[in-house]
Amino acid sequence: MTDNQSIKINDFVIKIGTVNGTGSASANELLMKAIFRMGVPVVGKNIFPSNIQGLPTWYEIRVTGEGHAGRSGDVNIMVSMNPESYERDLDSISIGGILIYDSTWPRPHFMNRADITVIGIPLSSLCNAEFEVARSRILMKNMAYVGAVAAIIGLDMSIIYNLINETFEKKRKLIPANIKAVGLGFNYIEENKLNNKKFLVKSLDRTSNKIMIDGNTAAGLGAVYAGATFGSWYPITPSTSLMDSFSKYCNLYRKHPKTNENLYCIIQAEDELSAAGMAMGAAWNGARAFTPTSGAGISLMSEFIGFAYYAEVGLVYFDIQRVGPSTGMPTRTQQCDINITAYASHGDTKHIVLYPADPGECFTMAAQAFDLAERFQTPVFFLSDLDIGMNDWMVDDLEWNENYEPDRGKIMTSKQLADIEEYSRYLDIDGDYIPYRTLPGTDPKGAYFLRGSGHNKYGKYTEISSEYKEVVDRLLLKWKSAAPFTPQPIISKSLKKTNYAVVAIGSSDGAVREACINLEKQGIYIDYMRIRSFPFADSVEDFIIDHDFVFIIEQNRDAQLMNLLLTETNAPREKLVSIKYYAGQPLDYKFVHDALFKEIMANQKNKKTA
Amino acid sequence: MTSFIKPRISRKSAPKNKIGLTRQDYDGTMSTLCAGCGHDSVTAALARAFFELSIKPHKVAKISGIGCSSKTTSYLLKEAHGANTVHGRMPSFATGAMAANTSLTYFGVSGDGDSLSIGIGQMIHAMRRNANMLYVLENNGVYGLTKGQFSASADIGSVAKKGTVNDQPPIDPCALGLSVGASFIARSFSGDREQLVKLIRAGLMHKGFALIDVISPCVSFNDHKGSTKSYEHTYKYYSKLVHADYIPPAEEIKAAYDVGESMPIVLHDGGEIILRKLDPSYDPSDRSSAFSKITNNNTKEIATGLIYINKNLSDMAEQNNLQERPLNQIPYKELNPGLDNLKEIQKSFR
Repeated sequence: MTDNQSIKINDFVIKIGTVNGTGSASANELLMKAIFRMGVPVVGKNIFPSNIQGLPTWYEIRVTGEGHAGRSGDVNIMVSMNPESYERDLDSISIGGILIYDSTWPRPHFMNRADITVIGIPLSSLCNAEFEVARSRILMKNMAYVGAVAAIIGLDMSIIYNLINETFEKKRKLIPANIKAVGLGFNYIEENKLNNKKFLVKSLDRTSNKIMIDGNTAAGLGAVYAGATFGSWYPITPSTSLMDSFSKYCNLYRKHPKTNENLYCIIQAEDELSAAGMAMGAAWNGARAFTPTSGAGISLMSEFIGFAYYAEVGLVYFDIQRVGPSTGMPTRTQQCDINITAYASHGDTKHIVLYPADPGECFTMAAQAFDLAERFQTPVFFLSDLDIGMNDWMVDDLEWNENYEPDRGKIMTSKQLADIEEYSRYLDIDGDYIPYRTLPGTDPKGAYFLRGSGHNKYGKYTEISSEYKEVVDRLLLKWKSAAPFTPQPIISKSLKKTNYAVVAIGSSDGAVREACINLEKQGIYIDYMRIRSFPFADSVEDFIIDHDFVFIIEQNRDAQLMNLLLTETNAPREKLVSIKYYAGQPLDYKFVHDALFKEIMANQKNKKTA
Repeated sequence: MTSFIKPRISRKSAPKNKIGLTRQDYDGTMSTLCAGCGHDSVTAALARAFFELSIKPHKVAKISGIGCSSKTTSYLLKEAHGANTVHGRMPSFATGAMAANTSLTYFGVSGDGDSLSIGIGQMIHAMRRNANMLYVLENNGVYGLTKGQFSASADIGSVAKKGTVNDQPPIDPCALGLSVGASFIARSFSGDREQLVKLIRAGLMHKGFALIDVISPCVSFNDHKGSTKSYEHTYKYYSKLVHADYIPPAEEIKAAYDVGESMPIVLHDGGEIILRKLDPSYDPSDRSSAFSKITNNNTKEIATGLIYINKNLSDMAEQNNLQERPLNQIPYKELNPGLDNLKEIQKSFR
């Protein structure tokens, strides 16, 4: 044991290892919320198996007074409740850390690690003595470790009791047992003086006007506020909770006040092919429509995506990325669908893609996605990932513009139709590459025949080369013209002028920002650009050209973002350096920091020797 | 699928329907199918039924997949929006379209390849959902556009044009529909326009999924000796089970059916589907007897007419608790939960 270590306040990581299906998720969430309510920012990561019951699962809570958004890569307090993962848990603890385990069955070999503190609490025997029913013994053990951790890190117990009261508001008879269980763990630490006060939480005021929310909940809510009325889906991890959210808030706020009828329609399809077809059919018929899925679903939907692109039907595909290829690791995260969403389907197809970085952006970009889809009459992809979608993030309060009106794009009404000689579906009347659509059922004059086969600008079938080419050339210009209307890149300049730059998208953001802050402390200055959409804005290319060394950080094996930049901009290949992490865990800043540091040192050494 | 404009010949004396339109007003572009194709007769029967029911053409949405059959939606109702989707995926597209606006009349045209092979999953699930549409399956036992391969509806022993004999059992869309709970199942023949028009009328007015399997011979690849989907074979074994027609609410039922044999089914709009049993022992509301009748292997008889009907199943719109007002016509202010609710929602995130 090492005691000669300074106390860490509001800057450490608690990791809890349990067996999945034992009800630990709500206990872990309670622990995290208690810290959040003490005004201290937190980062929560659920690292769970593709399984319902019996396999190892972990929950990581980073306490970060400075409000960093990513993981640190450390584990300072390991609560190890699953004998199956004891060895892995023990290995994962950072030097000077604490291991808490259920000492009902003592494990003396844990003492082999002299650089950590081991705290054994006989949680099972304590709970077995207090609770009768087998299931409640399991559940209460979770609350008991919450109490123990609370004692060790100095949590405000009144906040924990309030949270228990809120959690069981509708099942009040469960409250006393939960409070008692928390007390068992708390008292054991206090009475046995096991608190070494190495890692403490001290109240701050850095979480007011902040919420803890996952990206799928936020995106589903965004779809409700955007006025989406139709969603079709096929269940797939990690996107399922997005439709759960849409469904939940529609059920609360989208009922006819008098008749209680639904002002929305959700259909669970038989597969993703069908989900894509339904959403497209609804969009063609004038509903704001979407389908949430993950990469495997995009593979299946690709046929319809190409049809929607060519026939110019605007709808939103939410892709919550998980680890591929094939079934891959369904409960792990990656940014591996950058390529497929940019070009999904056969033939020449290019899409609009949005890259939200956190749940706050999930809320706003969900609405933007619908506006873009309808304005440009084309598929729009919302490319999130499991880390953003399923983990709780601390973000600013969600805000909504009171004056928002959906951008439905160009829809020709009966009145407008009356003023023209003849309606043609794909004529570029306004010279902005966007034709006028009509809705079925509105006017005999507006009828047209939607087809995925070759068509001319009038919407008629064609096999004439020049007529075919005219339409697909316009489609390319239409796609390019969307760039200024999409969320623009966010560029963060370092304190000093620098030749080094980092480019990233989505959930890499927190880790990249923290890595840059740390490098700056070491005198290494790096500019940072977070790209937020495809087609790339002109500023993307400018930013790369303005720097000599541009590190492209992304979470996939094949450098998909870098290759997309090389294909779609004039960024010179020799300026780009790829940094990739693709092992499936949410990115931590130490990985990014170390990779950048290594590259920059090597580069500076080369410069000196040259 | 070239969109030739069909020459319009107006006859002043052409009869008009209740909304003042002639039968020609229900035409589309000129057919590009082979001369004598069964599908063209189906197109004509569909146009006739829409005309007789006085449905405004632009209040119809016509949806299809890929194949010879799926081209035909272009050949009628030029004032209706049409969608020629992807192969085997007409049902999902139609389902989504219906959800967006339940006030239109939807019909889909598909073929045996489109429905029974590549799209069998979608067809089954559209039947399960009881999506309110007419689904016409133009069944010729063969792939026409790719020149003569057997389809999944080819009978055992049927001979292809090049001499190959099919040895796999056929998928019967009507038997399939019965097993998954379709609410209106009929079979007809492109060569019997009188029966077909009436079945289409009934199918269009039925609230829920109405499947009509229409034997529609392919003159180019499956109309030879040895084929079981040829005109000759179909005429030979054609038999009628139950005659069905739709009678609108105001119209007096003129046909004098024997009381014991006719069976009126009152619909939601007050109209009736009148059934006339040609086989007195047959009950089209009895699912198991319907199944046993059409799967009877002891006869070559092709049982046609209304095979099964169940008007008591809720349709997709009811299952989803949808209003009569279409989703695509609800103003945004009714869809937006508002700022106060956003604040309220966020209380649970702290």
